Formats: sequence, structure tokens, C-alpha cells
Amino acid sequence: MNLLVEFQEGARIAWDAIRANKLRSGLTTFGIVIGIVTVSLMATALEELTRSFHEAVSFLGTDVLYIDQREWFVDSDQKWDVVQRRPKITVLQARALERELGMVRGVAPTVTYSIESARHGTRSTSTITIIGTTEQFLITGGHTLSAGRFLTKPEVDGDRDVCIVGAEVADQLFPGESPLGQVLQLGEQSHTIIGVFAKRGTAFGQISLDNQVVIPIGKMVRAFTWNPNCTIQIKVGDDARVATAREEARGLMRKIRRVRPGQPDDFAINQQEQLLGQIAKVSGIIATCGFFITGLSLFVGGIGIMNIMFVSVAERTREIGLRKALGARRRTILLQFLLEAASICLVGGVLALGVTAATIAFARRFVPAATLSLSVIILALGVAVVTGVVSGFLPAWRASRLSPVEALRQE
Amino acid sequence: MSVIHLQDICRSYVMGVETVHALRGVSLTIERGEYVAIMGPSGSGKSTLMNVLGCLDTATSGSYELNGQNVEEMDDDELADIRNREIGFVFQTFNLLARATALRNVELPLVYAGADIDERHDIALAALHSVGLGDRVYHRPNEMSGGQRQRVAIARALVNHPSILLADEPTGNLDTRTGNEILELFDQLHNAGHTLIVVTHEEAVARRSRRIIRIRDGLIASDEPVVR
Repeated sequence: MNLLVEFQEGARIAWDAIRANKLRSGLTTFGIVIGIVTVSLMATALEELTRSFHEAVSFLGTDVLYIDQREWFVDSDQKWDVVQRRPKITVLQARALERELGMVRGVAPTVTYSIESARHGTRSTSTITIIGTTEQFLITGGHTLSAGRFLTKPEVDGDRDVCIVGAEVADQLFPGESPLGQVLQLGEQSHTIIGVFAKRGTAFGQISLDNQVVIPIGKMVRAFTWNPNCTIQIKVGDDARVATAREEARGLMRKIRRVRPGQPDDFAINQQEQLLGQIAKVSGIIATCGFFITGLSLFVGGIGIMNIMFVSVAERTREIGLRKALGARRRTILLQFLLEAASICLVGGVLALGVTAATIAFARRFVPAATLSLSVIILALGVAVVTGVVSGFLPAWRASRLSPVEALRQE
Repeated sequence: MSVIHLQDICRSYVMGVETVHALRGVSLTIERGEYVAIMGPSGSGKSTLMNVLGCLDTATSGSYELNGQNVEEMDDDELADIRNREIGFVFQTFNLLARATALRNVELPLVYAGADIDERHDIALAALHSVGLGDRVYHRPNEMSGGQRQRVAIARALVNHPSILLADEPTGNLDTRTGNEILELFDQLHNAGHTLIVVTHEEAVARRSRRIIRIRDGLIASDEPVVR
């Protein structure tokens, strides 16, 4: 007997059996539905989480190097102590690197400084971050402006009192009017607004530019922080050259900071990749915990299936005996019951996807980007079938081993 | 050529601490085209003999040759194939699938033989016609009388052209008149050249056959042709 015929027959018997016991099959399916719904919602949530993480860090750019005093992720206390004692990266060092580094799209030293508020007339903002930098910042950060223009080289060189504001700052201080040409009070300092950054969203809050103000770096040093710790942003401009540029920058920094040969670097070169690695670690932990919990609910559903399959085998013992008498082999009987279990679960899986889709449609009011992805659909159906086959196996195996004489004798 | 050849068949069961010897050395030869009745009181071993003959059960010792094939060494799946090809079963309680139509019930052995859908549909339809149920093809067992159900079972038993038709108390659940109709059908099958083995405890049923084998205490007590 060939496998295809066996499959057709098994599927047919399975459907007959499910139809004949609607309530029972329905209740069992319900257990599976709950299991699959949790799995697919979990998977969707994880996908959404990862996606928003990636979106949030995407502005860092894959080909941008960030030279800092510290690594972004310091994984031990000892390391932290070492890192803490490193000398600051001064503006002079930053500008030296900027002069000497060739073959990159842009280099921008940046200095950040927080102040309690920025004011215009009677209006004021909450705590904002001022970034002192050069005209290259627009290139290295990959930012866009919604109005006005960015800093020019003469403005930077002349430490002029100009600034570019984030979208949120603009909205707060100048509702309904153009901020261009207006004066912004930063503490004691007055700056003329020459541009507004396009809105970026605030997935990670503080590392969005929406509530920041950019001014020339020289002005920053003179007016706000006389001995700052710089970060140097380097836009390589070509993913293939990132490693080379990184080495070049490293060598130059060692020279500029007079690190003796054999000594470790006293600075760090950070990249978006590190952040992504950290995110992958976190979402890995979330996924493990999440799937363990959803796995439990699926397990309960699976036990339900196993239970009902044992009942199904018990009440059809005579039928199994007859089928064996008529020539059904062990494999045929096994397949028949496995298909029955898998069908119940598959129906459960399809229903569960319906529930999940509805839930996601509802959730879209709060998380607009949420969607039921194809991979989640495949995952859910796959998990459903596997659950059915795994939990149906023992009852099906038992059925296939029944002796025809014993089975036929059963009332 | 003999279709069945049993040599010193013994079958014992272990029930708890006791060993029950259901068959104690049965030797038997049945030729192609014979119509044999097996009789015996309950506990005589006749059911065990029928199970062994039907390849539902295997003997503890002795040899069994069915249509030239040695059955005693076969495993479960090989026995399933043998049952499918060589044996047509007719049971006292019909054993039809309750939710399936007559046609589907008759198709079942063909399914296990691996026939494709069109083929088995045609063969099963012909088999139902041959037992006079051409107008009940799409009825389910609960829509048919006992006699009709047993005819469906007989059609099912014949559909794979088995070497033997093995009937266990085929009239046991039928009234006399319907029972007689079934026995007449058996006569026709016998005349058409089928090999029939009927297990019964009714003398009247047994006397319709051509040869009666009586079992007592796990042994053949007598084996005589029916004198008419």
C-alpha cells in the first residue's frame, strides 16, 4: 500500500472522527488554540520589539565609528575602574584627529552638555541636551532638517551664537510659528535659531535629537563646559572600508594621545554593531523566558490532545481490530491516529491565528506597526502540527500494536 | 491443490499462572472450492482455530500453509498483507463502519491493498451488485436491515478475491428467514468456486456445507462429509 493512499485514507478517517465528536474535538482544540495564540502573540511581540530596537539604533549608521573615552558596554567592574581612569578626550585631540584622518566622508567632534531648560520669552522646555559640534555633524549623524539650514564652517570657526533645534524643542517654544530667526535662551546665552531638525521619534528617548540643541563646538567650550570629554563621530561612507578606517583612526588616536607601544588603547572605538549585539543578547533572554512560558501552555494543550487520543483509541478498539483484520498494517493505524491528532491541532492552529490576527488588529491602536508576519504564521502552524504529532504518538503507537483478536473481541 | 494445510497446530495462552491449551495438535487440509463447517461447543477451541486459520492469531507450534505460503513465521505486517489478499472475513456482528456508506465499507480492503480511488470504486460497486445490493450503495449500516448488512460484509469479504471466505457465526444475529437468504448466497458462492469455511454451533447451518469438522477439547473429534 503506497504512502499517498495511506495518507488520503488517514486524513479521511481523521476528519470523520473529528466530525463525529464535535464537542469533544472542539474542547480539545480550544486548549491548543490557547497555546498557539500565546506562541504567536509572543513571537509577534518579540518581532516588534526587535524591529523597534533596530529602528531606534539605525540612525547610528552601520558605517559610523564613535571614538569615546569609554566602551558603550563595560562588562566587568575591574574594566570599569580602568576605563574610569582614562584621560578625557579633549577638543584639541578631537580636532587633531579631524585634521589628520583622510579617506572618510566626515569627522565631527561632539561635546554634550545638559541644562535644565531652554527658554524663549515666557515659554521654557524641560531638561535638554546641548551638542557642541562642527558643520560635519550633519553628515556623520545622518540627520535631516525640516526647516532652515545647518551650521557653516565660518560659523563654527567663529564660535557664532547660532543654533539648530530639535523638533520637540521647536514645538514647545514656538507653537504655530516658525522658530527660524528667533532667539533661544540657553542659560545665560542667547542663540539665533537657524534650523530645525526633522522629527525622528523617541524610541530610546534620550538618544533622539528631538529634544536637543546643536551649537558650534567652540561656543560650547567657551560658554558651557571648559574641559569637556569629546566623542568623535566618523562617517566612513563605505561599509567595506569601516575596518580600515577603524585601524587608521586607532593609530592616529594612539599617536595624538601619546599611548606608548605595548600599552592598551586609552580610548574606545564604538560601533552600532556593539549595540545590536547587546540588543540581540537581551531579546534572546526575553525570547527564552517567553517561549518557556508559552511552551507550558502549549504543553497543557498537548496533554489534552494526548488524553483525547487515548479515549479515541479506546472507543475505537473494535474498529482498529476490524481494520487490521482487513489488512491494515501497524504503520497505517499509526498514521491514522497521528493524522487525527495533527488535524485537531491544525484546526486549532488556524483558529488561533484568527484570534491572534484579531488581537493584533486591536493592538494596532497602541502599537501602529504591529503585524502578523508570515514567519509567525508558519511558526504557529508548524508548532500546532508538531504538538499534535508528539502528543498523539503514544496513543497511536498503542493502537497500532493492538492484537486484532483482542481488539475484535472488545464490545 | 490444497488451499489450507495445517500440521500439528497447537495454541496455548498464559492466563495468569495457568496455561490454557486451546488447540492441542490440529492437522487439517482443505482443498480449493470446498465448503466446510467447523462446529464445536464453546471452549472447544473452535474460535482459536478460526483465528489461526484467519491469520489473526499465530500458532504456538505446528505449521500452517495458506495458499502455498508458510504463515507461522510471519510478522504482524506480513500477516496483515496475507489477511488482505487471502482471506475474506464475515463476522457474526457484521463489523461494518457505522459512519461509512455501504460502498465505502466494501472499499476498505481495497484501500489497504493500495488500489486507487477510481479502481476501488468500480470494484466495490460490482461486488455490491453481486450480492444484490446495487440499490443500497450509498446507505449507511443503520439504514439497512440485518440481512443487508451481512450482504455488505460478504461483498467486503469478496472484494479482494481472497483464497478463502471465513465466516464466524454468519447467521447468529439474523432471523431464520434472513439467515437462510445468507446461506443461499453461500451456496451460490460455493457453486461459483469459492472456498468457504463457516464456523457455527447451529447444526442446520453446518448441514448446508459439504463437510463438517467437529472440535472438542482442542482436537478434531470428527471430520466427515455431509450426507444428503
